[in-house]
Amino acid sequence: MLILECPYCGVKAEETELAAGGEAHLKRFGPGSSDEEFHDYLFMRENPKGVHFERWRHANGCGKWFHAARCTMTLEVFGTYSAQTTEPPQEIKDKISEKRPDWTWRDIK
Amino acid sequence: MSDPVSAMSGATFAGLAKVEDSGLQGMITLRGDLASAVLQAAVKAATGAEVPVSGQVALSDQGGVAWMSPDELLLLVPYAEVDAKVSELSEALKGEHALAVNVSDARGVFRLSGEGAREVLGKVCPVDMSAEAFKPGQFRRTRMAQVAAAFWLDHDGVFHIVCFRSVAAYVFNLLSASAHPQSKVVVY
Repeated sequence: MLILECPYCGVKAEETELAAGGEAHLKRFGPGSSDEEFHDYLFMRENPKGVHFERWRHANGCGKWFHAARCTMTLEVFGTYSAQTTEPPQEIKDKISEKRPDWTWRDIK
Repeated sequence: MSDPVSAMSGATFAGLAKVEDSGLQGMITLRGDLASAVLQAAVKAATGAEVPVSGQVALSDQGGVAWMSPDELLLLVPYAEVDAKVSELSEALKGEHALAVNVSDARGVFRLSGEGAREVLGKVCPVDMSAEAFKPGQFRRTRMAQVAAAFWLDHDGVFHIVCFRSVAAYVFNLLSASAHPQSKVVVY
């Protein structure tokens, strides 16, 4: 069972209280972008065995969206952080590096 | 005008704990910047209670204030005064980025009291209901089986549960089933 701490209300929310929102930190390609960029934006998702970044919503709680960094293999949660960011904060990256020294995710490491 | 009635019109169930419809309760949803001094003063004037910190409810003689999210409060006021309070709030919050709405008739409210109350809630919510973890004055929005609900514990050991009116019958039946006299688990 996955337990994530909501960074907005501080509640340690169990998975059933949350709604999954898919991969985090997607950059939108809309009008003016090439077909290939738009295709990748729509369809190409990471599916890692290991470190992953996701969006979650505290649906049965404060209702806010937030980000979570976790390991898809061990279900270990490295941390949760605000939705108002385009990449993981350094503090979260440091926490991951402590446990998975050679991790990479898309172009983030 | 038709007579206002509460969601379950006074239904009660007694088992491991007592489940009762709380009757008419004035409720105002207030959204805005909770750190604003103007908003804090308006809330104090309307309810007699201070804006609580996250996850808490502040109760006064005439009502209370519950923390719903970083930009939302639930104000508890007497049912008969709710429209007047909304106008007062809107007046006081002029120029602020805030909105107050009367939601009294959009909610079902229940009281849950008695020895088994923690266990009754613990069976249907993913929340640690032990006495060390959930203390009087604490407020929690969560999931109650299949629907969203919120509850707080007052200083007399009574839980107050708020849910959407459309699912009030479901919540009442759910709590009654959870409080069935032969369903004791003895965890809390």
